[in-house]
Amino acid sequence: MDDDFFRMTGIIKRYQMGDELQTVLRGVNLTVREGEFVSVLGPSGSGKSTLMNIIGCLDTPTEGQYILRGRDIGKQDARQLAAIRNREIGFVFQSFQLLPRLDALRNVELPLIYGGMPEKKRMERAEEVLVRVGLQDKLYHHPNQLSGGQQQRVAIARALATNPSILLADEPTGALDQATGKQVMSLFEEIAQEGRNIIMITHDLSIARHARRVVHILDGMLTEGESLHA
Amino acid sequence: MLRKKLSLWKESMRMSVMNIWSSKMRSFLTVLGIVIGVMAIIALITIMQSATTEVTDEFTAMGTGRLVVNAQGTPLKSGLTVADMEAIRAIPNVQGVSPTVTSTATVKSDNAWVEDVTIDGYNEVYFRRNAELVGRGRALTPLDVESKNRVALLDSTAVHHLFYAQDPMGRKVYIRGYEFTIIGVLSDADSSDVLAQAQSDGTDGGRIIIPYSTAMTLTGTRNIASLSVYVTDTAYTQQVQSALENELNAAFNYKDDSYRVINMESLLDTMDTMLSMMTMLLVGIASIALLVGGIGIMNMMLVTVSERTTEIGLRKALGAEPGQIQLQFLIESIILSLSGGVIGVAMGLAVSYLFSVIAGFGFVVSGSAIALGVGFSAAVGIVFGWAPARKASALNPIDALRSI
Ligand SMILES: Nc1ncnc2c1ncn2[C@@H]1O[C@H](COP(=O)(O)OP(=O)(O)O)[C@@H](O)[C@H]1O
Ligand SMILES: [Mg+2]
Repeated sequence: MDDDFFRMTGIIKRYQMGDELQTVLRGVNLTVREGEFVSVLGPSGSGKSTLMNIIGCLDTPTEGQYILRGRDIGKQDARQLAAIRNREIGFVFQSFQLLPRLDALRNVELPLIYGGMPEKKRMERAEEVLVRVGLQDKLYHHPNQLSGGQQQRVAIARALATNPSILLADEPTGALDQATGKQVMSLFEEIAQEGRNIIMITHDLSIARHARRVVHILDGMLTEGESLHA
Repeated sequence: MLRKKLSLWKESMRMSVMNIWSSKMRSFLTVLGIVIGVMAIIALITIMQSATTEVTDEFTAMGTGRLVVNAQGTPLKSGLTVADMEAIRAIPNVQGVSPTVTSTATVKSDNAWVEDVTIDGYNEVYFRRNAELVGRGRALTPLDVESKNRVALLDSTAVHHLFYAQDPMGRKVYIRGYEFTIIGVLSDADSSDVLAQAQSDGTDGGRIIIPYSTAMTLTGTRNIASLSVYVTDTAYTQQVQSALENELNAAFNYKDDSYRVINMESLLDTMDTMLSMMTMLLVGIASIALLVGGIGIMNMMLVTVSERTTEIGLRKALGAEPGQIQLQFLIESIILSLSGGVIGVAMGLAVSYLFSVIAGFGFVVSGSAIALGVGFSAAVGIVFGWAPARKASALNPIDALRSI
């Protein structure tokens, strides 16, 4: 029990589409233990992003219970959810989502501002994580001066900045070529080896294979896949 | 907690400046309304204040503690007699009484003759009150008045016309055929008496001052139509005025409209009130430009919020609270509006400086006008930025990030 990082039981998500009610997640049960690297594999439209938004506390399920590190997420208010996103969760998006007007350092600094860290410490920490992802000589580069792979590494550095307990990545290699995608994946593996939780969403089996555990999602239903690195 | 807030303020300001700067043209057009509104307010207030100062100074120089009597008189009695004047002089706290007997005449010297010269009859009290009036020579004395001496003081225009390049002191002029000795020349800066100047401005022959008693004989008038009553202390002005009105009522047998008493101080007060009312009216009109400017800001902020939907979603994913998002956009709106306000203040001051140079007024920078301009524009930023900031803070992060 204590080992559970999060536990989802009977998660149902419905959307109102016109006068039709669409069920996107149909009773998802998922338990992730501390330190796990899990891939969620499924075709487009299967509900992967919807699931990730719920795990990332950006969205709330229509039904079901979600317990993250002992906290019932359904019972938190907007400010508490903001604090949880800030401290517990690091997001990595398919299209990087860097602010174009800020350099790498300032982009990585963003979550630390909302975390209330003093400026000097923020800059030190931002530099530290950028060095960690191998961008020590790109600190003052703006996103448009960086390659796709470098931009995604800045995004990963930003996700790691507040030292969150989990990294949530939605198709992190979707916008990258294969070689660059591989480099990003090996970075994820390193991070996983340091004992941080990673949930990675993908529709690509070869990418999903980098994780120790793969779960399949189809039409809003989750099934456990075979353990690949057993 | 406080430090967290400060960090957020600082970051919001940095982002705002970046965003405003990155679309300079759009930002400038957006704040144009604010610039014009604030510029108009600053210029109006500064110009009106300079004008007020100017007018007040002139009125003060003209004499506070002075009551001007215009006695049209009645069909039976035109103007005041010397006896009436004595009675007025006897009113408590009256320092002196100075009659004015004004006419125009053709004046001759040995080598010239000039038409339309203003001949002002005064007494020594007038000179005592307006000490700077005498440029050279001497003022009128009680003896001049009593003995109806034919002595005269000329202003520079009259000197110029009658004596051109020669020294007029001690020489003779002929007014209506009577010979007068010149005892003094009036100083050029004779702006101290605006009323007297206004009277003589109508003629171009210049101005000559003689004893009022002599002037009465000269014109054949037996009564005085106009006089100034000087009060020992401005505190007694009201009291003297009512005593004066009693005397005048008695002198004219309580006939309506037989006289008018002008109190320079109340005139000044009226003028002040009028000017400040006018300022308020003009500022009110200029505020409409600010309102329009505010709507421009609101429009730009709404556009900004929808353009930056993903940024807002991202910030929320990174842990921004709704209130922090609201603060960021509110700060952006305030900075935008405030920058318009600062440009407006600078331009308003430039306009009023130009005006003061052209009009020959003293340039007074009004701190309160600047504070008003800056305060107004900040307030516009808050009021019109509120709704867009609110909208940004209420955005659902998932919807905001969906465009990814
Ligand atoms: N906010 C929403 N409103 C309505 N329908 C939605 C919304 N979000 C997702 N959906 C629908 O839910 C389904 C799953 O979407 P999504 O989770 O993004 O799938 P995936 O990430 O696996 O491609 C899609 O059919 C999508 O149209
Ligand atoms: Mg998706």
